[in-house]
Amino acid sequence: MGSEVSSAVGEPVISSSGLVKRFADFEAVRGIDFQVRRGEAFGFLGPNGAGKSSTMRMVSCMSPRTGGDLRVLGMDPDTHGPAIRARIGLVPQEDNLDRELTVRQNLHVYGRYFGLTRKQVRAKAVELIEFARLTDRADHEVEPLSGGMKRRLTIARALVNDPEVLLLDEPTTGLDPQARHLLWEKLFALKQRGVTLIITTHYMDEAEQLCDRLVVMDAGKIVDEGSPAELIARHVTREVLELRFSPGDQHNAVDAVLDLADRVEVLPDRLLLYTADGDKAAACAHDRGVRPTSTLVRRSTLEDVFLRLTGRTLVD
Amino acid sequence: MTATVEQPIAVATGVVVRPWRAVLLRIEGQWTWYRRHWTASLLSSGLQPVLFLAAMGIGFGSQVRPGPLTGGEPYLAYVAPTILVSGLITIAVAEAGLPVLSGFKWKQDYWAVASSPVTPGQLFTAELLWITLRLVLGAALYLVVTALVGGWTSPGALLVAPIAILTGAACATPVMAFAATTKGDGHAFAAVNRFVVMPMTLFAGTFFPVDRLPEVVRPLAWISPLWHGNELARGVALGGLRLWPALGHVAVLLGLLAFGLVLGRRCFRRRLVV
Repeated sequence: MGSEVSSAVGEPVISSSGLVKRFADFEAVRGIDFQVRRGEAFGFLGPNGAGKSSTMRMVSCMSPRTGGDLRVLGMDPDTHGPAIRARIGLVPQEDNLDRELTVRQNLHVYGRYFGLTRKQVRAKAVELIEFARLTDRADHEVEPLSGGMKRRLTIARALVNDPEVLLLDEPTTGLDPQARHLLWEKLFALKQRGVTLIITTHYMDEAEQLCDRLVVMDAGKIVDEGSPAELIARHVTREVLELRFSPGDQHNAVDAVLDLADRVEVLPDRLLLYTADGDKAAACAHDRGVRPTSTLVRRSTLEDVFLRLTGRTLVD
Repeated sequence: MTATVEQPIAVATGVVVRPWRAVLLRIEGQWTWYRRHWTASLLSSGLQPVLFLAAMGIGFGSQVRPGPLTGGEPYLAYVAPTILVSGLITIAVAEAGLPVLSGFKWKQDYWAVASSPVTPGQLFTAELLWITLRLVLGAALYLVVTALVGGWTSPGALLVAPIAILTGAACATPVMAFAATTKGDGHAFAAVNRFVVMPMTLFAGTFFPVDRLPEVVRPLAWISPLWHGNELARGVALGGLRLWPALGHVAVLLGLLAFGLVLGRRCFRRRLVV
C-alpha cells in the first residue's frame, strides 16, 4: 500500500498563520500564511526588503516571531529551536565559512555540532566534497577559493546532517552563469533525494527553474501564491511584445496600440504589450503606421509577474 | 493510493547534543583552528608576561634593593606573581575583544554555530573556556620560565597560576559581553586598553604597593580586579596572606566572573537571536 509513506510525503513540514516579525518600529513581516509540503521546492520571491530573509530566519529558528503561529517539522521554533536546527540545513545569504580552515575541516567542525561522531563526519566530508566538486581543494584553506567554490562549500556544509529541509537564502547571488547552473543541478539532485527546499531569490529564472510552488512577497505581505505557470497564467498573457523607441517617442504610439493588447505598459524607452499573440499584434501595429526602432516578441516570464505584483519602483 | 509513494524521504542524522558536550565540541572546533595557527598566537599572547618579567623583574629589578616595601624579598620575587596576573588580564581582555567581535562581524563563524543545534549561551561558555585554556597555557609557560630564573621563593607560588587565571577569566567575561554589543569596528577596545587595562597594569599594585599612591586615587586601584588578583597572588607567593581579606578578594573575582557570565550569555543571545 505504502499509505504511510505517501502521507509523509505530502504532509506540511512548515506551516505558518498570521506570522509577524517586528523590529522596534519596523514591521518586516506583516501577517503571512503559508505551508510547505514535504519534498517540494518552495520559493519566496520578492524585492529587497520584502521580508523574505526575516521569514527565513524565523523558520530556521534564529529569530523569534513577534506574532502569529509557526510550526517547523511539527515543532514550535520558540521552544524547540535546537531540535529543529538539528534536522534542517541553512545556507545564509553571506558565506560564513571559517576561511582559515581547510575545506575538509570546515565540514568536520560543523558536523560535530550536530552530534555526529568523528567517524561519521570523516565519511560525510568525503561525500560532500565530491558533491560540491571540491576534491582537488579538499585540504586547502578556504580563503583563496573562488566565490562559486565557497558557495558550494557553504551548501555542502548545510548538508552535513542530512537535513530534511534545506533553507537557501539567495543561493546564487553574485555567481557567474556557470556556477549558477552547477548549483541548480546540485539542488535538483537534492530534491530528487527527497529534501524539501526553501529558496529565497529575486532571480526569476532561478525561481522558474527550481520551484514547484512559490509565494510573491512585497512589503512584508504575500501578494500571491502558486506554481510559476499558474502565476504567469493568472497575471500576465502568454506573450509580450516589446516595441522599442527613441526615448520620448513611445508616448506618440500608445493610442494606436492600446486595443491590440490586454494591457500596455509604458516604459522610458519602450512599450510592453501583453498579448496572447505577439506576432499578430506586431503586424497590426505596423499596419497602423507604428514604427518602433526595434520589435521583440517573447514569452512571458515570472519576471513580468513579479513586476506586475511588486511594481517597478526601486526598493532599497 | 497516491502516486507519490516512489519519492524518497530524507531523514536527518543531526541530533541535539547535551549542553556540556556542545561546549566541548565548540572548543574542539577552536582547537582545530589553533593547531593550524598556534605559532603566531603563542608569540603574541603567551610570551608577553615572560617579556615583562625579563624587563621589569630582571632588568629593572637589578637596580632595586630589597627593603621593607618588598617585604625584604628581591624585586624579582616581589613582581613575579603580579606580572603573571597582570599579563593574563592583558591576554584575556585582548582575546575577549576583537576576536569575539570578529566572530559576529568579520569571521562570522558565530552565526554558523548559531544555525546548528548549539545555542548562543553554550557558544559563550565555550568561548570563555577557550580563552581560559589559552591563559592556562600562558601561565604554565610563565611558571617554568620564572622558576628557571629563580623568581619563586616558596611552594605557594603554585597557587599563583590559578589565581591569575581566575582574574583573567573574570576580566574576560564583561569584555566579551561588550564585544557582543559592539556594532562598530571595535575602536572602543583601544580605549578599553588605554583607559582601563594600561592604568590598571601600572597602578594596581603590580610593580609597587598601592599605598605609595596619593590617597585620593587609591580607591581606583582597590576597585580594579587586578589589585584583588595581585593581593592574592603576592600573598600566596611571599606569604602573609590573611584569611578574611583573601576570601574577600576571591569573592570579588568570583562575583565579577558570575556577573560577566550572566551578562555575556545574555548579550550573545541578543546578538545572535534577533
